[in-house]
Amino acid sequence: MTDHNGQTAGTGRAPSPPNRLRALVGVFFTIVLTFVGLTAVTFVISRVMPVDPVLAIVGDRASQEVYDQVYLRLGLDQPIWVQYLRYINSLLHGDLGTSIMTGQTVMSDIARFFPATLELATVATLLGVFVGIPMGVVAAVNQGRWPDHVVRVVGLIGYSVPVFWLGLVALLVFYAKLGWTGGPGRVEVYFDGIVEPYTGVLLLDAALAGEWEVFRNAVSHLILPATLLGTFSLAYVARMTRSFMLDQLGQEYILTARVKGVSEFRVIWGHAFRNVLVQLITIIGLTYASLLEGSVLTETVFAWPGIGSYITRGLFNNDMNAVLGGTIVVGACFVGINMLSDVLYRLVDPRAR
Amino acid sequence: MASSDRLLQVHNLSVSFDTPRGEVNAVRGISFDLGREKLGIVGESGSGKSQTGRAILGLTGPGSRVTADRLEFDGINLLNADQATLRRVRGARISMIMQDPKFSLNPVMSVGRQIEEAYLVHTRANRREARERTLSMLASVQIRNPERVYDAYPHEVSGGMGQRVMIAMMMIPEPDIIIADEPTSALDVTVQLQVLAILDDMVSRRGMGLMFISHDLNLVASFCDRVLVMYAGRVVEVCEASQLHHAQHPYTRGLIGCLPSVSHPHEVLAVLDRDPEWATAPSAADP
Ligand SMILES: Nc1ncnc2c1ncn2[C@@H]1O[C@H](COP(=O)(O)OP(=O)(O)OP(=O)(O)O)[C@@H](O)[C@H]1O
Ligand SMILES: [Mg+2]
Repeated sequence: MTDHNGQTAGTGRAPSPPNRLRALVGVFFTIVLTFVGLTAVTFVISRVMPVDPVLAIVGDRASQEVYDQVYLRLGLDQPIWVQYLRYINSLLHGDLGTSIMTGQTVMSDIARFFPATLELATVATLLGVFVGIPMGVVAAVNQGRWPDHVVRVVGLIGYSVPVFWLGLVALLVFYAKLGWTGGPGRVEVYFDGIVEPYTGVLLLDAALAGEWEVFRNAVSHLILPATLLGTFSLAYVARMTRSFMLDQLGQEYILTARVKGVSEFRVIWGHAFRNVLVQLITIIGLTYASLLEGSVLTETVFAWPGIGSYITRGLFNNDMNAVLGGTIVVGACFVGINMLSDVLYRLVDPRAR
Repeated sequence: MASSDRLLQVHNLSVSFDTPRGEVNAVRGISFDLGREKLGIVGESGSGKSQTGRAILGLTGPGSRVTADRLEFDGINLLNADQATLRRVRGARISMIMQDPKFSLNPVMSVGRQIEEAYLVHTRANRREARERTLSMLASVQIRNPERVYDAYPHEVSGGMGQRVMIAMMMIPEPDIIIADEPTSALDVTVQLQVLAILDDMVSRRGMGLMFISHDLNLVASFCDRVLVMYAGRVVEVCEASQLHHAQHPYTRGLIGCLPSVSHPHEVLAVLDRDPEWATAPSAADP
């Protein structure tokens, strides 16, 4: 927009309605495409695996008749794309088939296992965000001095120490020796099944039911695995925050803010950090999404009934419905979080609007 | 110049940096006074112009060392001042306009908020008053649509408009001194003149002192009252702007010789010869 004075005025860059519609259609197609790709790849992989799904169901003592019956019922005589379309059809009707290991529908299994992972991943990510970001900022602001070195060492530990070792040591010290925290599992057995699983997230359910005893116990069980996982996301988030912050503090608009007489606190948090946040959103989204895949090692060490160990056990038991269903849910989470961070990014960065 | 008019007194100012490759002396013992006038500072790239400006604001950055026999503004010793005192001086009393609004404005903050902040830092005004002042400030740097520009983000404004925004931001607390570090180098020629006219108008109307840093000898000669020529961290010549073309120092003469001229076109432009002696000779004294 140039008027005769050669001025370009900043005007609303809000997309006009057809534009916005096109953006929406674009997003919709992205979702559909990602969904088709995700399901197709996992489906094909699960079918070409040298696993006999019929045998996994009927066992090796069944007669040929029973075998054939099940073979037909599963539609295995059809070409693979027909099988795929059937799978998609029932998936769209909320049916992921039945799990062999648990004898339950995969849907109900996921409703049981996924919230456990969600709980752990969310608490770990919150820890990473609320501790990792300030650590990274402090390190950048004190570049080369001791706070920077401390953060660097913590980051290094978070990267290089194996989870299962750290997990076992933590259990040994804080649970077995000191008795400060709960042990493996989500809650002590005698609290099991006390609260109705509305959401499946035990902390929420306990709080909703007002069962504070259960809540406290669940927290004491969650602390160790969440801290452990949190340390890893914290290390990553702190490292990235530090480098983004150093980059921003070297920019000229920071000098401008200082020239204006703005306090150092505001220079860092009001000016530099807003720009760091733009870059951090993607990083945080990625960490969260990767934690939602379920971390098999942590779930195993802490006997945490999460989606990661569910999928892994399914794999070992030739339970392809469980593997396929779990993978699709995890993939959907990944796509969802990516889209969410995209939306947030647009909200925070005016250049992306 | 009457001593009461001396807003800023600089005596034997040096700025050096500790770098992995040893000490870099950016400014090496320069002296000058600044009154309510337009003082031009010229010199080639790396001669220490920007660091001189930043040293006055205490913003030479990490790893820098600033020394001076005197660095005084309105009775305040800027060299030993604590951070709180410096912050009260920055923006409110001495301000600085930088080269390129593309980099010197915060990309995720609206233009209006950034200007407003410069005002709010130094006053007890509320947001509504600040907004009104910002809008009138935008109007006084000849922005026709202050409301619209107020809500714009830096990437939505042109270079010339961005530099006006920068001027508005640095003028809003009504400082006594403005340091303009190549304020028009990033703009195209027609816009340069507009922005200069605005700067000139505001500085003269409010009777401020202006330190105008530039590469452009002709521009400085016509725009400023007095000119300081820097070379390798030293002041090699000080003269009235009108006398610049009769300057004595061989470096200044060399710089002038390098300028293309329309009235006397040269086949080949002169190349500046440097005498190592210029770098070691004592700085020119303030007249
Ligand atoms: N942070 C720093 N660390 C080390 N050396 C520096 C630093 N900042 C500036 N210098 C050096 O100080 C000298 C003077 O720099 P200054 O920016 O004042 O030059 P200038 O005259 O403004 O040049 P230009 O016209 O290119 O802007 C240069 O040689 C530069 O390399
Ligand atoms: Mg410079």
